[in-house]
Amino acid sequence: MAGSNTSDAFVVFDRVQKSYDGETLVVKDLNLSMPKGEFLTMLGPSGSGKTTCLMMLAGFETATHGEILLDGRPINNIPPHKRGIGMVFQNYALFPHMTIAENLSFPLEVRGMDKSVREEKIKRALDMVQMGQFGNRRPAQLSGGQQQRVALARALVFEPELVLMDEPLGALDKQLREHMQFEITRLAHDLGITVVYVTHDQTEALTMSDRVAVFNDGVIQQLAPPAELYEAPKNSFVAQFIGENNTLEGVVTEISNDKCVVKLDDGELIDARPVNVTKVGERTRVSIRPERVEMNKARLQPGAHTLKATVCEFIYMGDIFRTRLSVAGNDDFIIKTRNAPDAVRLQPGTEIEIGWLPQDCRALDA
Amino acid sequence: MSDTILRTADGKPLKAALQRASAVARRRAFWLVLPLLAFVVITFVVPIGQMLSRSVTNDAFSANMPQLVAWFEANPEGTEPDEAAFAALAADLTNAAAERTIGSVATRINYDVSGTRSLFTSAGRKAKKLEAPFKESVVAMDPKWGEPIVWAAMRNASAKLTTSFYQAAMDRKLSAKGVFEKAPGDLQVYLKLFGRTLALSAVVTFLCLLLGYPVAHLLASLPMSKSSLLMILVLLPFWTSLLVRTTSWMVLLQEQGILNNTLVGLGIISDENRFALMYNQAGTIIAMTHILLPFMILPLYSVMKTIPVSYTRAARSLGATSWTTFRRIYVPQTVPGIGAGGILVFILAVGYYITPALVGGATGTLISNQIAFHMQDSLNWSLAAALAAMLLGAVLALYWVYDRLVGIDNMKLG
Repeated sequence: MAGSNTSDAFVVFDRVQKSYDGETLVVKDLNLSMPKGEFLTMLGPSGSGKTTCLMMLAGFETATHGEILLDGRPINNIPPHKRGIGMVFQNYALFPHMTIAENLSFPLEVRGMDKSVREEKIKRALDMVQMGQFGNRRPAQLSGGQQQRVALARALVFEPELVLMDEPLGALDKQLREHMQFEITRLAHDLGITVVYVTHDQTEALTMSDRVAVFNDGVIQQLAPPAELYEAPKNSFVAQFIGENNTLEGVVTEISNDKCVVKLDDGELIDARPVNVTKVGERTRVSIRPERVEMNKARLQPGAHTLKATVCEFIYMGDIFRTRLSVAGNDDFIIKTRNAPDAVRLQPGTEIEIGWLPQDCRALDA
Repeated sequence: MSDTILRTADGKPLKAALQRASAVARRRAFWLVLPLLAFVVITFVVPIGQMLSRSVTNDAFSANMPQLVAWFEANPEGTEPDEAAFAALAADLTNAAAERTIGSVATRINYDVSGTRSLFTSAGRKAKKLEAPFKESVVAMDPKWGEPIVWAAMRNASAKLTTSFYQAAMDRKLSAKGVFEKAPGDLQVYLKLFGRTLALSAVVTFLCLLLGYPVAHLLASLPMSKSSLLMILVLLPFWTSLLVRTTSWMVLLQEQGILNNTLVGLGIISDENRFALMYNQAGTIIAMTHILLPFMILPLYSVMKTIPVSYTRAARSLGATSWTTFRRIYVPQTVPGIGAGGILVFILAVGYYITPALVGGATGTLISNQIAFHMQDSLNWSLAAALAAMLLGAVLALYWVYDRLVGIDNMKLG
């Protein structure tokens, strides 16, 4: 797991800043260190600076300020072809005028390897992604998923220690994407390579990574393992961006170490865990995950906080029901219930009582 | 009973139903293209076809000398002209002189044997006074009438369909034996000119590629605001009159021109060693390269624009130097643009006329200038047509070779 001391780190971003026009910073003061063998995902909305970070690491953009270290060496002045970093592109970037085998042969040829060695390595790499019999095809003759596998094989065939992936699964359909998520993680762990993975799909980030760096506005908002990210978001951006989230706005009226009281805008008082608030009188957004809200009174645990709610909409989604409620002035309060035999399908307009445990309720910045 | 023909719900054959259903749309589409079709046929296909047909037909002799034509038909090749032949000649000459067609007859024979024009015109004036025996009296009028080459030329011209213009276009001359032979070296004009035209066009195409490739790449990779400015710089000469651009080159390149004056002024060359950059091949190459450059840049640009930057990035990340990336990844993907630009520039260059005429001088003119000469000055339209047809044939052959090597569907014009 994340050893954040710089000495044994494999990839280090040290106070890195990037500006394209000299007026705005796309990446602001980025500090990040990764140990060898880690699978780290950079997650964020488009324009958040995550792809720029990846391109700086690959050598296609230069850092305006700061240092990037790879295995202890500063690489700012090393051209991309000497960095030895494998890269998988969003559109695969398989060379259309070469066959699959020639595509894989390319990185080995430029390294001056003999034909017999090349053939051996190409065969092994293609077998690794179950594309062994496609060596003579051209990229255009393959499906998206197959091209994706070949792109992966090409990035791995010259045995780099670090592999960068720029939204590699963005163009695949859902089923194939889930399958490839599994394959990529398996390969990364089997080969022991370090992976920096860029995506805007939070499910992908949560299921694949050892750690996730959530980017927004050129800054890492939170860098943590997936479970921590989901269950203990540090600020309201992370809470909103990762998973579904309900927010209630209010003002802090009491605060102690691990407990605070928030007066919601409609006057209701609720207990919450203070995360990003420090003093009384501060405005706050209280975050509660939809699946932590209970509407079945019998199942409410002791100590749970209850509130009145009105059903606005009932959405049938197959495995779960999503119910949109109006709670304390918020018309967008979502709860999720499993489609169990005894589950109630609520009619719009129904008045119900909902509840949650105070520790699932986090007071974040406004 | 199995019915293999697919039928519609009410039992009519599916194919017929489909035809009927799309007939209206097809007819309407045809009416839309009809004006253009008519325009192309009337102004393009018919005149060009008519012109090309002149390269193999010329009836100036056969139509105006009927009795001699009949004698040639009755007597096979190799027969010595006898009294009957001379009688027919005398009668035809008299007739042609009276109908004032002797001039065109003379011109026709003069194409194959030069220096015979006056032979016919003067004979036409005297023909009335000729008396039997005609053989003696005609030869007495001018001993040239007894020469075998004159008779060979008249026999050759007695057929309406003839290859003599193609023979002439390939530098072959009629001999006394009545066959076409290779002309002596100093009379060979057209083959050399064809060779020069193809060579100069190849040089111009190559120079355009050399100069245009980086510009097209720059255009394709710069951000939109800068590239559109650069695009205007590329297109501005394109929009300027060809004549204006050519004369500007004359101003720049002549011996007392801007370029030479600058070089002399800077002391790089001395006053008596000014470069001869005009009225020779150098002038033609410089001016044509400049004028044809946009035809290379635009197809290249349209291809380069579609190549995502991720290909070159992928190659770099896989360990290739920038040169290897350019050579093995970028250039192969621009081949459709190189092909399109190359063939466009080459075909335009092969038929180029105004620029070589103005700056070419003696060594820098092309085959098209010779065609123009025969159209406007010598009025030998049949020879001009033969030369033009050969040029057309050469271009079509080249197109065919290109199609076999690269594939026409691989070409991208924009």
